[in-house]
Amino acid sequence: MIRLSLLQFRGQAVVALAALATVAVVLAVTGIQVSHLYAASGLASCPSAAGCPALASALLAKLRGDAAFGVVYWAGIFALYAVPAILGMFWGAPLIARELEAGTCRLAWTQSVSRTRWLAVKLGLVGLASVAVAGLLSLLVAWWVRQVDPLDPFGMNRLQPAMFGARGIAPIGYAAFAFAVGVTAGMLIRNTVAAIAATPVVIGAIEGAMIAWVRPRLIPPVHVTMPLSLATVQDVGTNAGAPASDNLSVSAWVTEPGGWVYSTRVLGASGHTSLGPQPRACASGSWQSCLDALGRLHLQETVTYQPASRYWPLQWAETSVLLALALLLAGFCFFWVRRLSG
Amino acid sequence: MKGVIETAALGRRYGRTWALRDCTLTLPEGRVIGLVGPNGAGKTTLLHMAVGLLAPTAGTITVLGQHPAAGPAQLGRIGFVAQDTPAYARMSVANHLRLGAWLNPGWDEALARHRIGQLGLDPRQRAGSLSGGERAQLALTLALAKRPELLVLDEPVASLDPLARRDFLRGLMEAVAEHGMSVVLSSHLVADLERVCDYLVVLVASLVRVAGEVSALLASHHRLAGPRRDPDTLPAAVEIIEESHTDKQSTLLVRTGEPIQDPSWTVKPVSLEDLVLAYMSRARDEQVRGPRLRVVS
Repeated sequence: MIRLSLLQFRGQAVVALAALATVAVVLAVTGIQVSHLYAASGLASCPSAAGCPALASALLAKLRGDAAFGVVYWAGIFALYAVPAILGMFWGAPLIARELEAGTCRLAWTQSVSRTRWLAVKLGLVGLASVAVAGLLSLLVAWWVRQVDPLDPFGMNRLQPAMFGARGIAPIGYAAFAFAVGVTAGMLIRNTVAAIAATPVVIGAIEGAMIAWVRPRLIPPVHVTMPLSLATVQDVGTNAGAPASDNLSVSAWVTEPGGWVYSTRVLGASGHTSLGPQPRACASGSWQSCLDALGRLHLQETVTYQPASRYWPLQWAETSVLLALALLLAGFCFFWVRRLSG
Repeated sequence: MKGVIETAALGRRYGRTWALRDCTLTLPEGRVIGLVGPNGAGKTTLLHMAVGLLAPTAGTITVLGQHPAAGPAQLGRIGFVAQDTPAYARMSVANHLRLGAWLNPGWDEALARHRIGQLGLDPRQRAGSLSGGERAQLALTLALAKRPELLVLDEPVASLDPLARRDFLRGLMEAVAEHGMSVVLSSHLVADLERVCDYLVVLVASLVRVAGEVSALLASHHRLAGPRRDPDTLPAAVEIIEESHTDKQSTLLVRTGEPIQDPSWTVKPVSLEDLVLAYMSRARDEQVRGPRLRVVS
């Protein structure tokens, strides 16, 4: 059965290898240029990028000046999100659906091989290949960005929601999950085209839910309360409808290098949610005089965030959740394949 | 009688409709059995349950003394050629044979190669570019080279042209003669069944309407023609399968173990096709009107 699956998978594997090889060549050529720029910037001898901001911004200016850099950088992120979905659509969905559609399942299931084994080999082989493709791509991209990612070239670090799934081992989890979604959709819908269409919808919905609800709760975030830093103040105003004695509203945003900030809340001097009346300077005076007035109020701010050190624990946690979902779907497939009629 | 396929109250439901219901039959071993019936009689459903593609909703089925999907060993004892003889369109003929060899411990490589050579198929050709007849032959080769004890074929020739149909059935007959396995073949083309089968089962609406050796069936059924009269005047041992009357004449298709003595009847033999059609139309009439009641005087 393994040999048959290899034979059936051969064509798709060749396409995937060719695509990976092309990507590798593009990344190698452009990656070497990035490495040269990095070496010339002198950042290599700096203990950390944050320690040499002038060197870092000089390098970033050079990189951003090269259109190809931005294209490849964003294409890498896009590819790491798209490839798991594509594998789910074009490897997962047709895997069983095409056999059901063409009736070849009647040929396969009447050989001297149980349906369970038939499914196990197909799922195992193509599933592992999907995971390997996503893993290799992530590795290639990780090599390319190894020097520039710590600089946050576009103001977005690897722990932030839009980036997190396109770095590290998360793409492996997404590939396994997307593949399982595709196979399950194909088995239930029994129509290749419809299954291919349904797969990205399901993957997108689950990925959205992951980002919005699951990931923020994987590890409880850190809460830090500290005196309000005036540099973090974004806006000062009044709460509509609140009495004049307690209508001050201050919004602030704390950035955490390499971290993921959920929220920043401004509190009163004693930690109360009420901030008191709005200072007159803020109603009419200049921005600076308003900030000075705020400084005299001794406000506090509470930051809820994931520190940079949580990156790998979060990567492992999210990947584990995705792998568990994939295994759950695979289990359902084993249950369902026995109920399928040829 | 030891059955190669035995069912008891077998049923299969899809949603709310029963494709096969309360089917009890025994198909004898060592025969080439033709399973004939109208579309929707449940033939495909029955055969799919026999080869383990489908699980029964009700009742039991045993094939070669075992549950059909008992395991790989049981699957290996049954060869199956599915309707429209599916094959992997983009896989070559040679790779289909590899598939057979990889998936079946009892694979007979020499037989497979010999048959493909005899058919003149190019092993490098993709199955998708084969003609219907060639694809059917490939499917039969795969099923035969498993060296099954029972070969099940579901409407294998329904979509073939007459020449391909003859070649296919000839190939089947040669294999049966050489390897001596039991064969169950479904079709609604009686002429084809007549060519290859020595045992016939007529299945209409899940019920076996008549079953027996082809020669015995032909010997015991007659077409009677004579002046119009009440059919109930015939001896009790004569069962009327089909009757039609004009003002002057009656024509009957009857089943009887004894010769017809009454000189007013012209007795003619019946073809297998007429016989099958008579049982099928009687079954259809019964479905419409309910079972025929005989007045006992």
